[in-house]
Amino acid sequence: MRLPTFPGGIHPPDNKATTAAKAIVACPLPEELIVPMLQHIGAPAECCVTVGQHVAKGELIGTAVGPVSVPIHAPTSGEVSAIEPRLHPVGRYLPAVVIRPDGSDRWHDDLQGSDPNCLNPDELRQLLQQAGIVGLGGATFPTHIKLSPPPDRSIDTLIINGAECEPYLTGDHRLMLEEGPNIVDGILILRRILGVKRVIFGIENNKPDAIAAMSKLCAASPIKVQPLPVKYPQGAEKQLIEALTGRQVPSGKLPMDCGAIVQNVGTAAAVSAAIRQGRPLVERITTVTGPGIRTPQNLRVAIGTPLSHLIEQCGGLSDEPGKIILGGPMMGNAQMSLAVPVIRGTSGLLVLRRQDVSLAKPGPCIRCGRCVSVCPIHLQPTVIALCARLGLVEMADTYNALDCIECGCCTYNCPATLPLVQSIREIKGSVMEHKRKH
Amino acid sequence: MLTAVACLGGIGLVAATALGIAAKKFAVEVDPKEAAILAALPGANCGACGEPGCSGYARAVAEGRLAPNLCPPGGQQTAEALAAILGVKVRVKDPAVAVVICQGGDELAQQKYHYLGMADCNAAQKLAGGPKSCPAGCLGLGSCVRACLFAAITITPDHRAVIDRAKCTGCEQCLKVCPRQVIIMAPKAVTTHVLCNSHDKGAEVRKYCQIGCIACNICKKISSEAYLIENFLARVNYAQAGQAVAAIAKCPMKCIRDLADNNESAGAVAEAETPAA
Amino acid sequence: MDKALYLSSSPHIHSGLTTAGIMRLVIYALLPAVAVAIVFFGLPALKVMLICTLGCVACEALCCKLMKQPLSIRDSSAALTGILLALNLPASSPWWMALLGSAIAIVIGKMIFGGLGYNPFNPALVARVVLLISFPVQMTSWTAPTPLSMGFDAVSSATPLGEMKSAVMLTGQLPEMATSGFDRYFYGLMAGSLGEVSALVLLLGGLFLLWKKIITWHIPVSFIGSVVVIAGVFWLTDPTRYPSPLFHLLTGGLMLGVFFMATDMVTSPITAKGMLIFGCGCGLLTVLIRLFGGYPEGVSFAILLMNAATPLIDRYTRAEIYGGHHHDRGGVQ
Repeated sequence: MRLPTFPGGIHPPDNKATTAAKAIVACPLPEELIVPMLQHIGAPAECCVTVGQHVAKGELIGTAVGPVSVPIHAPTSGEVSAIEPRLHPVGRYLPAVVIRPDGSDRWHDDLQGSDPNCLNPDELRQLLQQAGIVGLGGATFPTHIKLSPPPDRSIDTLIINGAECEPYLTGDHRLMLEEGPNIVDGILILRRILGVKRVIFGIENNKPDAIAAMSKLCAASPIKVQPLPVKYPQGAEKQLIEALTGRQVPSGKLPMDCGAIVQNVGTAAAVSAAIRQGRPLVERITTVTGPGIRTPQNLRVAIGTPLSHLIEQCGGLSDEPGKIILGGPMMGNAQMSLAVPVIRGTSGLLVLRRQDVSLAKPGPCIRCGRCVSVCPIHLQPTVIALCARLGLVEMADTYNALDCIECGCCTYNCPATLPLVQSIREIKGSVMEHKRKH
Repeated sequence: MLTAVACLGGIGLVAATALGIAAKKFAVEVDPKEAAILAALPGANCGACGEPGCSGYARAVAEGRLAPNLCPPGGQQTAEALAAILGVKVRVKDPAVAVVICQGGDELAQQKYHYLGMADCNAAQKLAGGPKSCPAGCLGLGSCVRACLFAAITITPDHRAVIDRAKCTGCEQCLKVCPRQVIIMAPKAVTTHVLCNSHDKGAEVRKYCQIGCIACNICKKISSEAYLIENFLARVNYAQAGQAVAAIAKCPMKCIRDLADNNESAGAVAEAETPAA
Repeated sequence: MDKALYLSSSPHIHSGLTTAGIMRLVIYALLPAVAVAIVFFGLPALKVMLICTLGCVACEALCCKLMKQPLSIRDSSAALTGILLALNLPASSPWWMALLGSAIAIVIGKMIFGGLGYNPFNPALVARVVLLISFPVQMTSWTAPTPLSMGFDAVSSATPLGEMKSAVMLTGQLPEMATSGFDRYFYGLMAGSLGEVSALVLLLGGLFLLWKKIITWHIPVSFIGSVVVIAGVFWLTDPTRYPSPLFHLLTGGLMLGVFFMATDMVTSPITAKGMLIFGCGCGLLTVLIRLFGGYPEGVSFAILLMNAATPLIDRYTRAEIYGGHHHDRGGVQ
């Protein structure tokens, strides 16, 4: 049978073998945890502790500000040693709470679990918000907002994203193998909140063991596990919806506008922990990998752990590092320092050696059309990038620059090694500014 | 033969008549004043006056919406010509030129990372605030070069922008695209400038730049009137700029320069490489 | 960690296939045709190919120097243009014509527009057409292929298309050579330009490019398909006057044009739909010029005309973007 997918996309080497077979290892606590107040899309949380204060694991240290925001919790028990701007994965110094762990890793006493079946959807959403649950696929959009579609949108499908299409990353894969029951429990809670019948669980078929494990666990439930062909960006929200439902999210709209909501497997597991045990989101699975890491592995990491500590836990650097990337190689962000902490959206730490970094100078576009044929949104990336170089804002808009999902397929495939995505990102900013003005 | 000549001639005649009629019938009424103003403008369409181009400015001046002295590329000559057309007197603005207040090239200013990607300062600025450790220094990726309609800006081989004072018309287009506000406007008569844009404290500046202002106050001690120090950064007091020259040799960081002979760019232009688009 | 890290916008990996890599793969795909040309036409063929290739590279280097641009010959595109040009010239071409052709291809066909990627027309075809119009005698002095003879005893001969055209003009009837014996054409035992003779090796080269995903199927299939359909219609209406589609496919520069000239990335559309239109246009024009035009061969003119239409085609064949209008195609139930 032909597996459902989307048109376009690329097949980069997945490089998952180094970590896919290794069980998740708990990462020991570092000497200090740097917990930024901004770890989600939306307004940053406001710090509610003072220097010198002792906090327990899971205790509130930052309160949510406004509706699109989530609180931040202490990732371990210890003393607040500083509240100051620290280097954040976005590349700027942003407010953070620095915690010196006391070693006991004691949970806060007030945290208690509840039975999701005794709570109504609104109460469940509120619990998720209080637990600081955000999308763990990397976008870190507050989950409670995503689960609150306006009443005029009828949601009929919940999609669970187990595609993990980014090369190198295997955290979701390991999670599905090791914590399947929690994921299923989380999915059922999400389903209850949304009140939908149809749940489709998409997994790329380079993870046959995960497909088998999840199929077995979901056999008695309404969740349909659907294998997907291996293709990047199969796990991108819009592409996943297209593959699994045949629907397209209307241009400029949200997935809920076509009746679907997508949640990542990691988020599902976090939802289960937040409701059943009352545990806020203070740790995550991060794949520490790449040719620059001596022993790549999947770590269960406390939020706020500096990258340097992760690298130490993985045997150190194998060579002079060239690029440090948070996330996968296609959409991750390059970092300039290892002092940066792991935050909620840190799905991976990829270290490339100096020799792995391409220093090729961009050449002229030879109009080969390779960017056009792989674009999952069916754009003409080279034309939009040309608009960016020439400053043609209105033309970029007519070529639908704003619809670009920045998946990176075009840049990956460009024989002229043009920074297409970066150019498009630039002109997108100009287009939005232009639209605001007119 | 005759038929061919007659045919071609006939076609020509008909077409010419049609064109003539069309030109009369669909002629657009233009205020003769506006046309005269447009003819007196330099035609650079730079937008420095705030209008989209020279024709827009001509209309605005003819309608009295804008003053006739707002065209920096045209300078004094144009302003006087426009005033003559309008029959008014104008005070001609002092000509201004753009100055890049940074000398931190690759060798002198530290890079916090090696930037790879689009040759555009605004794009680089979005990646962790740009590759230079200095938060205010010139990134040297040439966004201003592309914005300059008068080819007055070049990028030196050590990647910083320099302005040819002879070519700069003061249109300020480069200021609009610079993400770090490292280009300032200054009266053309003032040739001495403190070429640093960092407001960090001296100790910080020393960490990342060998040619940045550390606000040591020496220049101010030498000629107190000629220098102002604000926020850990010295700058020349344009009103008293004449005395500023004295401090040039004494600046320990060598960041005060006299740009009178255009020497900043003269050497650089010869070897400057144009960054790839 | 002593050295500063590299930072760039995502993505951080690349397929590894670069412009120079593409050019080199196309050159490899042409090597069988080059070998066949040397075997069939001997040393004169080798001479023409060397002059064209070196001439193109030298012209490009010179242009870069004059235009004060970085030297671009390392991307191999000039060498490829040279080889393609040589394959479009007769073996008997004088050295000066080959050299002039190289200069036209690189200077007028490419560098004047700003170099690789900016030329609207295929440089090798521009040169071929300019030479054909300027030096009709030299450009149509074909020699019969004499395998392994080193080319010393070259006998002049007409191309199948030329022979057919003159016979049809004189008698209104197809000559016998245009109705049978096609297997000879398939292997290349016919007169023509260096690269026009063997459909077999060109087909092999084209399949190599398809396999390596350097070209897509769109242009070759629509080009060949439209030639077959349009030539087929004429053939069915009057098989004594119009040759069969197979004759069209195997003779002249069609295979070279289909796989190596029409698929030139710079001058063909970037959208899939556009490529199909482009290929069909090439096929239609080729057949029309061959059957009704003044020249016996029309592939070069057809491709150049379609090159001119490429920006227009691109403009009107943009794909419907994702979410452009509401789709529901079933999917997983």
